[in-house]
Amino acid sequence: MAERAIPVSLTRRRRRRGEQLIKVALLLCGVLSVATTLGIIGSLAFETVSFFQVVPVTTYLTGTQWGPTFTPPSFGVLPLVSATVLIAFIGIVVAFPIGLGSAIYLSEYASPRVRKVLKPALEVLAGIPTVVFGYFALTFVTPTVLERIVPGTNVFNALSAGVVIGIMIVPLVASLSEDAMRAVPFNLREAAYGMGATRRTVATRVVIPAALSGIAAGFILGLSRAIGETMIVAIAAGQIPNLTADPRAPMETMTAYIVQISLGDAPYGSIEYKTIFALGTTLFLMTLGLNVASYRFVRRFRERYE
Amino acid sequence: MNAVAVAGKAASSIATGKRAERSLRAMVFTLLLLLCMLVGFVVLTTLLVDVLQKGIGHLNREFLTNLDSRIASRAGIYPALLGSLWLMGLTAAISFPLGIGAAVYLEEFAPRNRFTAFLEVNIANLAAVPSIIYGLLGLAVFVRAMEMGRSILAGAMTLTLLILPVVIVASREALRAVPDYIRHGAYAVGATQWQTVWRQTLPAALPGTMTGMILGLSRAIGETAPLITLGALTYVNFAPTGPLDRFTAMPIQIFNWVSRPQSEYQQVAAAGIILLLAVLLTMNAVAIFLRNRYERKW
Amino acid sequence: MVSEETRVRVDVEALRRGGKGEDELGEPVFQLRDLEASYSGKTAVRGVTMDIPRNRITALIGPSGCGKSTLIRCLNRMNDLIPGAKVEGTALYHSQDLYDPAVDPVEVRRHIGMVFQKPNPFPKSIHENIAFGLRVNKMTDELGHRVERALRAAALWDEVKRDLKQNALALSGGQQQRLCIARAIAVEPDTILMDEPCSALDPIATARIEDLMGELKDRYSIVIVTHNMQQAARVSDRTAFLTAEADEAGHRSGLLVEYDRTDVIFTNPEDKRTEDYVTGRFG
Repeated sequence: MAERAIPVSLTRRRRRRGEQLIKVALLLCGVLSVATTLGIIGSLAFETVSFFQVVPVTTYLTGTQWGPTFTPPSFGVLPLVSATVLIAFIGIVVAFPIGLGSAIYLSEYASPRVRKVLKPALEVLAGIPTVVFGYFALTFVTPTVLERIVPGTNVFNALSAGVVIGIMIVPLVASLSEDAMRAVPFNLREAAYGMGATRRTVATRVVIPAALSGIAAGFILGLSRAIGETMIVAIAAGQIPNLTADPRAPMETMTAYIVQISLGDAPYGSIEYKTIFALGTTLFLMTLGLNVASYRFVRRFRERYE
Repeated sequence: MNAVAVAGKAASSIATGKRAERSLRAMVFTLLLLLCMLVGFVVLTTLLVDVLQKGIGHLNREFLTNLDSRIASRAGIYPALLGSLWLMGLTAAISFPLGIGAAVYLEEFAPRNRFTAFLEVNIANLAAVPSIIYGLLGLAVFVRAMEMGRSILAGAMTLTLLILPVVIVASREALRAVPDYIRHGAYAVGATQWQTVWRQTLPAALPGTMTGMILGLSRAIGETAPLITLGALTYVNFAPTGPLDRFTAMPIQIFNWVSRPQSEYQQVAAAGIILLLAVLLTMNAVAIFLRNRYERKW
Repeated sequence: MVSEETRVRVDVEALRRGGKGEDELGEPVFQLRDLEASYSGKTAVRGVTMDIPRNRITALIGPSGCGKSTLIRCLNRMNDLIPGAKVEGTALYHSQDLYDPAVDPVEVRRHIGMVFQKPNPFPKSIHENIAFGLRVNKMTDELGHRVERALRAAALWDEVKRDLKQNALALSGGQQQRLCIARAIAVEPDTILMDEPCSALDPIATARIEDLMGELKDRYSIVIVTHNMQQAARVSDRTAFLTAEADEAGHRSGLLVEYDRTDVIFTNPEDKRTEDYVTGRFG
C-alpha cells in the first residue's frame, strides 16, 4: 500500500496578483457604460450651459422662429420640436395598429411553425438602414403614393417621413407587444376557450387587457424611437424650420437640423456649434423621459406575471 | 374515425376558439390581422423592387472602383466602400474585447449587488439613446477633447460605444448558455475563476459572442447620423489609408447622392443601396451560418 | 433482521479485502465535528461528527433530502460556489482546518478531487480534458506521460489510446465518467470525492467503475455518495447513514444517524432508523 505524503499548505496563493489585475480590467470594461453615460451627459451639458449663457432659456423654449444662422438670429425651438413631435406622432399612429395587429396574429393565431418563419421575416425590416428608408420615402412614397392621394403634398413633407418611420418601427412595437402577450399565462385563455369563445374574443377581451402594460411600454418605446430618428427626416421631411400642423408641408426636425449644421463648417465655439448641443440635450431629455416611462410599464407588467 | 377521435377533434376546435369563428365578424378580424402582417412584407418587397429597378443599371465594376463625381454616370462608391471597411474593422477590433470583457465581468465575476444592477440598468438605457446623440458625444470627446480629429478612429470609437450594448447583451446570453457543470468540472481540478472563464467558459461561448459581434456590426455599418455629426465627409475624392485619415462611409455617400437635385443621382444612390444591402445580407448569412454550425445545444 | 444473502455477501467482501482491519487505519483524512451546512439560513445538514479514514472507501447513504450531497461538497469547498452557503463546525483535512480564512479553496480542490453525478467532460478532446487540470496546476512536464498515466489508472487507456484527439463527448457515458475520474487523478490528489458517480450509468458501466474504485483505494481515500445501498455494501469499508428529520424547532434538515464499518451497518446497525433504511422498510 503506497504511503502518500501529507500534502503541504493549502494557503499558497498562486498567480493571484495577475488575476486581480485581470478582474480590475474586466470591471473597467463594465464601468465603461457608466463612463459613456457620464460622457453623454457631460458633453451635452457643457455646450448647452454655454449656449444658455447667450440665449435665454425662455426664448429657446417659447420662441416660434428658428434661425441661428440668420441676421438677426432667432433661437425659438418650437418649430423644430413641433416638427419632431408631429412626425413621430404620425409614425406611431401608423406603427401601433399594424404592430399590434401583427403581434396578435403571431401570438394568438399563428401556429408555431408559421411563427418561426414570419417572425424573423419581420425582423428583416428592423435591420434595414434608415438611409434606405429615407431614400424610399423621398423617391417612392412621396411621388408615387402621396402626391396622388393627398393633393397639395410637397416634395418634402412630414407625412411621407412619418409614414415611413412608422413602417420602420413596426417590428419594435410588434415584438414588444408580442412578448407581453405571450407572457400572459395560458390558463387565462383556457378558461375563455372552454366557454366557447373565439380567438378574436380571447385576444381582445382577455389577452390584450392582461398584457396592456407591456403593450403600452411598446407604444412609448416606439414613440421614443421615432422622435430620435434622423436620416429619414433629414432626407424626406425638409431642411427649413416650419411651425405648422399641416403634414403635407416641409419642415425641419431637431435631428435634421443637427445634421444640417454638421454638414456645414460651423467653427468650434460658434453659436451654431452650441445650438446642436442644446438640441441634443432637448432630444436626450425627451427620449430619456419616454424610456423611463416605458421601463416603468414593463416593471408593472413583470410584477403581475413573474 | 372512432368516437374518441371525433370527440377529441371537436374538443380541440372548441379549445382553440376555431369552431365558433365562422361568423363574419371573426373572419373580418382575422383578415385584418393578416393584413397587418402583410404590410411589412409589402413595403419590404416594394422597396427592394424599386431599388433594384433604379440601381441595377448603374451597378458595375466602375461603380465599385470609381471615386465620386459631379457627373452622375461616372460616380463611384470606392472611397465610401473603403471607408466602411476601415470603420468596420476598427470598430470590431475595439468593441469585441470591450464588449466581451464587460459581459464576462457581469456574468462571471460581478457580485449580485446594487452596483451591478446599476451597471445593467445603465447598459439597457444606453441601448435606447438616439444614435445622433452618440455622434455629439463623439464630436465633443473623441474629435475635440482627445484630439483625434474627424478621423476613422474617432468614428470607430463612437460606433463602438453605440453598439456596445448589443454586443454585451449577446455575449452575456452566450455565456449564460454554458452550463454550470462545465465550470464545476474545472473548479473541481483546482482551477481559479479566471482560468475557468478563459480556458473553458469563454471558448465554449465563443460562437454566440461572434454572432453578437456580427449583429452589432450590421447595425454599425448602416449608421449615418453619428458619423455625419462627427464630421465624416460627404464629398470625398481620396481613399483612406490610415486610422487618422478623414473618411466617408457607404450610408453617408448614399445620403449625399439622394440629397442632390439632379435626378440621375437617384439611380446612383439606388446602386449604392443595393451594395449596402448586399453587404448586410452577407453579414447576416455569415452570422446564421456560424450559429448553426458551431453553436452547441447543451 | 437483515437477510442471509446480504450478510453473506458482506462477509465475503471483508475477506477479499485481505484483512485491512480497523487497527491499520492510521490518521484519518477528514475529521468532522458538529459540521452544519446551510443555504441562505436554511439548514441542509447538521450534527455531522465523523472521522473519514485514509485509503478506504467511505459511503454516505440515506434517503433524498438527507444532505449527503451537501456534506460531500463541504469537503472540497465546492459549496463556496453557491451564494448564501454557510458552513459551521469543524472540518479538518490532515489536521488542517479546511475553512480557515487563510485557506485557498482552489488549492483545496487540487488535493481533493471530485467526480460528479452526471459525467461532465469538457467539450474538448480527450487529451485536452486531462491536460487542462495539469496546465492550470503547472504540472506540464512530461504532459503526454501524465495524461497516459491518468488514463491507465482510470482503466480507460486501452479504449482511447488510438485517438486521444477525438472529442470527449463522443465517448459513452461510462467512458466519459472514467475520463472524469482520470481528469481528477491527473492532478495527483490524495482524496477523491464521488457524488453518485454511477447513477447515470448502465449496470455494466457501473460495475466497471466499482472495480476501478477498488483499485484506486490503494492510492487514494475515497468518499462516495450513493443512493444505491447494494453499491455501498459492495464497495465501501465504512458507511455513514444520514436521514432527513425535523429538529426541535420543527425545521426539517439532514442529520447523521449512524457511522460504522459497512458490515456492521448492513448486518447489525445500532439505530432503528438505520435498520429500517437498509432493510428497505422505507426510503
